[in-house]
Amino acid sequence: MADAALQRTTLATPAARGVTVWDRLKVNRDWLGFWFMLPAAAILILFLAYPLGLGVWLSFTDARIGRTGAFVGFENYEWLWDDSVFWLSVFNTLLYTGVASVIKFAVGLYLAILLNQSLPFKALLRSIVLIPFIVPTVLSAIAFWWLYDSQFSIISWMLRHVGLIHSNIDFLGDPWNARWSVIFANIWRGVPFVAITLLAGLQTVPPSLYEAATIDGATRWQMFRHITYPLLTPIIAVVMTFSVLFTFTDFQLIWAMTRGGPVNATHLMATLSYQRAIVSGYLGEGAAISTAMIPFLLAAILISWFGLQRRKWQQGEAND
Amino acid sequence: MTDVLASKVATPKAVLTGTTADHSEGMSYLESLPRRLVTLYLPLGVILLILLFPFYWMTLTAIKPDEQLLDLDRFNPFWTWTPTFKHIYKLLFETHYPLWLWNTMLVAVASTVLSIIASVLAAYAIVRLRYRGAQWVGGAIFLAYLVPPSILFIPLSTVVFQYGLFDTPFALILTYPTILIPFSTWLLMGYFKTIPFELEECALIDGATRWQILVKIVLPLAIPGLISAFIFCFTLCWNEFIYALTFISSSQHKTVPVAIVNEFVDGDIYRWGSLMAGALVGSLPLVVLYAFFVEHYVSAMTGAVKE
Repeated sequence: MADAALQRTTLATPAARGVTVWDRLKVNRDWLGFWFMLPAAAILILFLAYPLGLGVWLSFTDARIGRTGAFVGFENYEWLWDDSVFWLSVFNTLLYTGVASVIKFAVGLYLAILLNQSLPFKALLRSIVLIPFIVPTVLSAIAFWWLYDSQFSIISWMLRHVGLIHSNIDFLGDPWNARWSVIFANIWRGVPFVAITLLAGLQTVPPSLYEAATIDGATRWQMFRHITYPLLTPIIAVVMTFSVLFTFTDFQLIWAMTRGGPVNATHLMATLSYQRAIVSGYLGEGAAISTAMIPFLLAAILISWFGLQRRKWQQGEAND
Repeated sequence: MTDVLASKVATPKAVLTGTTADHSEGMSYLESLPRRLVTLYLPLGVILLILLFPFYWMTLTAIKPDEQLLDLDRFNPFWTWTPTFKHIYKLLFETHYPLWLWNTMLVAVASTVLSIIASVLAAYAIVRLRYRGAQWVGGAIFLAYLVPPSILFIPLSTVVFQYGLFDTPFALILTYPTILIPFSTWLLMGYFKTIPFELEECALIDGATRWQILVKIVLPLAIPGLISAFIFCFTLCWNEFIYALTFISSSQHKTVPVAIVNEFVDGDIYRWGSLMAGALVGSLPLVVLYAFFVEHYVSAMTGAVKE
């Protein structure tokens, strides 16, 4: 009987205090966290993680549009290995990413340094610089398409009137011209992003360092090399990771201007996978091309990540 | 990583006006005007000219009459004294352009709102609820940000088809958040970290629930961050191309970027006028938005980098 009384009191206590299981759950971090994360997690799992896995699976099947494929092992990859157009697109992608990233970095850093000096209308100038980044890529790509027109290009017209050339340049009709033309358009669009983000980093460099260096008789180059550049390295690592990532996977600029032509000279891996998967309908083969991009992307991320780590180690900060 | 970089980035206001650390002010007397002319104004002028010329050319082409458009020798190609709104009129009243603008707006607003709601909840949970594994989830969301649409669109197209969303606005409204949620969650996490947690402790002692804290304390304080996230997401949506190209097939559901590339390209040699008018009108909403919220754009960009 004593036991029964005890049992009754233990059972009754929570109710008496008004603390139910539900009340406990309401302040439980994990339970609350689960519900707070649910919308984001649902969308990201359904439309990002699942397709990412599905993409790798598709690359091992012979799926077409409107037909689920059967598992074919590495057949798609073997097919691509012997496909000269695929290797051309890999070459184009690496050229496009390499050249555009290096020039975007150089011009962007230079522009950031210029904008960091005392200028009249500074805020206005800095706002104007970002406009190419704000305007939708496809729409500015179409403007470039018109600028690069084979007959009525204003660039050809100007060069002809200055006397540098005698006939119009066929910007998008010749393989190498087309490659350089799209690379230029990509640089044009990417420079503002690099410049403004690096400018944000530049502004935290203490001016006293430059004053001290000036007193020590440092030249402008020495100041850049030994003050600006080392202090900017962490920002540069992050900005360039993003820049490389987005350049490597670029699709819209090429598709709006050349669609991979002339004779596949400007096909990037992304445009080629669209061409094969959606236009021609060979989903499996297109997925194999997309999947082949993943190792390159991982390499780019890892390189910049270790670049960051090294900086932290040099500054003597603990890892977090 | 976050804290290391946070100190390396200036505030957006400072980025635009240069108020915090105007280095050169102190030492600019060392430079003569001719030297500044060559090392500063000349290169800056050339870069700005190149950055802005395509827009000038786009605008000029959109308002030039047809006969001046292709005749570069009889008329001065860099100016027109007889601007015409024919191309823009034709665009707005003889094509589906207003419909495409409306589609773009609808998709952009819907997916932005959806993403911001999901990101606010997720970012708050990661930063302040700190449930078990929150740090890992934060890292996973950052990795999701690095997954580009170009490797997702093929499997996504089959997924969209399976779910029966193909060629509906929902195909875009539900897939754009995969680009937006990682970005805005990451951005908002940075903002929420700057809100003093003592405020939340006070509220907890007063008996507020987590939901009340989020709605009544955290969100009002994070409004600048919310605006940044909102307009940047909106811009990204407006800009998106590959999903819209793949998942939408009928003309009346297309968004502006896709419609311009696919519907305007016919054999007409005078098409350039209407193409440029289409590009101009399609860019204007974003440029106007940008003009009002420059600071927030910069903060979204630098915020995305510094986190």
